[in-house]
Amino acid sequence: MIHFDNVTKTYPNQGRPALENVSLDVEKGEFVFLVGPSGSGKSTFLRLILREERPSEGRIYVAGKDLARITNWKVPYLRRRIGCVFQDFRLLPNKSVYHNVAFALQVIGKPRRFIRKVVPEVIDLVGLEGKHDRMPDELSGGEQQRVAVARAFVNRPMILLADEPTGNIDPATSIGIMKVLDRINRTGTTVVMATHDAAIVDSMRKRVIELEYGKVVRDQSRGVYGQAY
Amino acid sequence: MRAQFVLQEVWTGLRRNLTMTIALIVVVAISLSLLGTGLLFVKQVDNTRTYWQGKVQLSIYLCTTTSVSPQCHQNGPATAAEKAQIASDLKALPQVEQVFYESQEQAYQHFKQDFSREPSFINLVNKSEIPDSFQVKLRNANADFPVVAGTVQGRPGVDQIVNDSSLLAKFYKLLDGARNGVVIIAIVLLIAAILLVANTIRLSAFNRRRETSIMRLVGASNFYVQLPFLVEGVIAGLFGWLIAAALLIAVKSLGLDTLQQYFPYNVTLSAADLVEVILLAMVMGVVICGATSFFTLRRYLRT
Repeated sequence: MIHFDNVTKTYPNQGRPALENVSLDVEKGEFVFLVGPSGSGKSTFLRLILREERPSEGRIYVAGKDLARITNWKVPYLRRRIGCVFQDFRLLPNKSVYHNVAFALQVIGKPRRFIRKVVPEVIDLVGLEGKHDRMPDELSGGEQQRVAVARAFVNRPMILLADEPTGNIDPATSIGIMKVLDRINRTGTTVVMATHDAAIVDSMRKRVIELEYGKVVRDQSRGVYGQAY
Repeated sequence: MRAQFVLQEVWTGLRRNLTMTIALIVVVAISLSLLGTGLLFVKQVDNTRTYWQGKVQLSIYLCTTTSVSPQCHQNGPATAAEKAQIASDLKALPQVEQVFYESQEQAYQHFKQDFSREPSFINLVNKSEIPDSFQVKLRNANADFPVVAGTVQGRPGVDQIVNDSSLLAKFYKLLDGARNGVVIIAIVLLIAAILLVANTIRLSAFNRRRETSIMRLVGASNFYVQLPFLVEGVIAGLFGWLIAAALLIAVKSLGLDTLQQYFPYNVTLSAADLVEVILLAMVMGVVICGATSFFTLRRYLRT
């Protein structure tokens, strides 16, 4: 599903590359944790998959497509098949839970009937039944993140990327979020999650890829967060 | 459904940005009005030019019993023989296109018509004081004047020779100057409008950056992301145009049409002229607002 082939990414005006010679494969339906200290290249990795950045060297394949070959105006269609969740939730503050999720479908032109059917389903899936009309400032951090996950998932993407989704959430609530992500992964969605949350990584025992200074130093199935930390 | 969504976004954008949108509408209105006024001026000047072109360029006034100039005193009023000689000589000249003889009676009628709004003035002038004349149409107004004038100058019976076109030259200069002034101001304002559109759209995009970034994240096509802002720009342009159209109608009916009182013939601009200028203003307004929005967005929302 995701294939990195000797990928190096150096940002302009920076000496050290953000990612260096990264080659790895993520199969369809896998759940992958991406761990490493700040600046190790986790966010860069995710942004390369989303085609927000382009690699300085190497090739990236998503669902068999070479990202370098995709023209700029086709990139939106790639992004429709990738859901994204962030540490700061990135909800629209003036829209209700329902409309935040529906927004993702409206902007890609889905018909209203479709939206009315699918959005409630996915809101229930993330565990927010009954809270369709709440505004983001009436929700707790955990609930807001669930809305973000619902929005990322509503279009049934192939891949779900999560950049430190539990960063702003207390440990107990984080478990709830991870349960949602696990549920989504079980429907066949490939999940790649960058995180600092050692407890979560240790408890779920999924594949762990560790990055340090842009290089892959460990790639372990059923791995734990790390030894030295 | 898509259209409804876009319209919703446009409405939100307009509301959030209301003050800047109003400023934009005002500037577009003023600049289009001035541009339109300049165009109306051009058409008006062309109309009056055509009127004068059709008229006479050279008038040869003949001596009457009451003429005061020295040669008329010397030779007396023009005789029939002298008039006939002058007429045939004029017609023989290659520079002369046409010659009309205007009798005293005809001249007096024209005089009464031209000054129909000033009855007191008409009463002051006696019919015998209005001279008869030869109205000569030249092929090349200014170039031929000296030649033709020279032919009849100083002949017995000839009182004054008047070059009508030199009178008009000053009038045209005035009109052209006014038109140029208006057009220059209009262009300056148009540049201001372009800058204001660019600024307003950038502000609008900044205000909506959260929505925009999520739209791009979620995979909305570039066109969809830009469309609401484009429509915002075009709507502001259209409102500005509506105001400009109203102002142009006022300019024509209250301003330019009063010019008619100075011309016996019809030199008013037709409704078709006005519509043409208004439509041109609309196209310019929409194109400028739309194009500026589009290019500003491309730089600001580069994917």
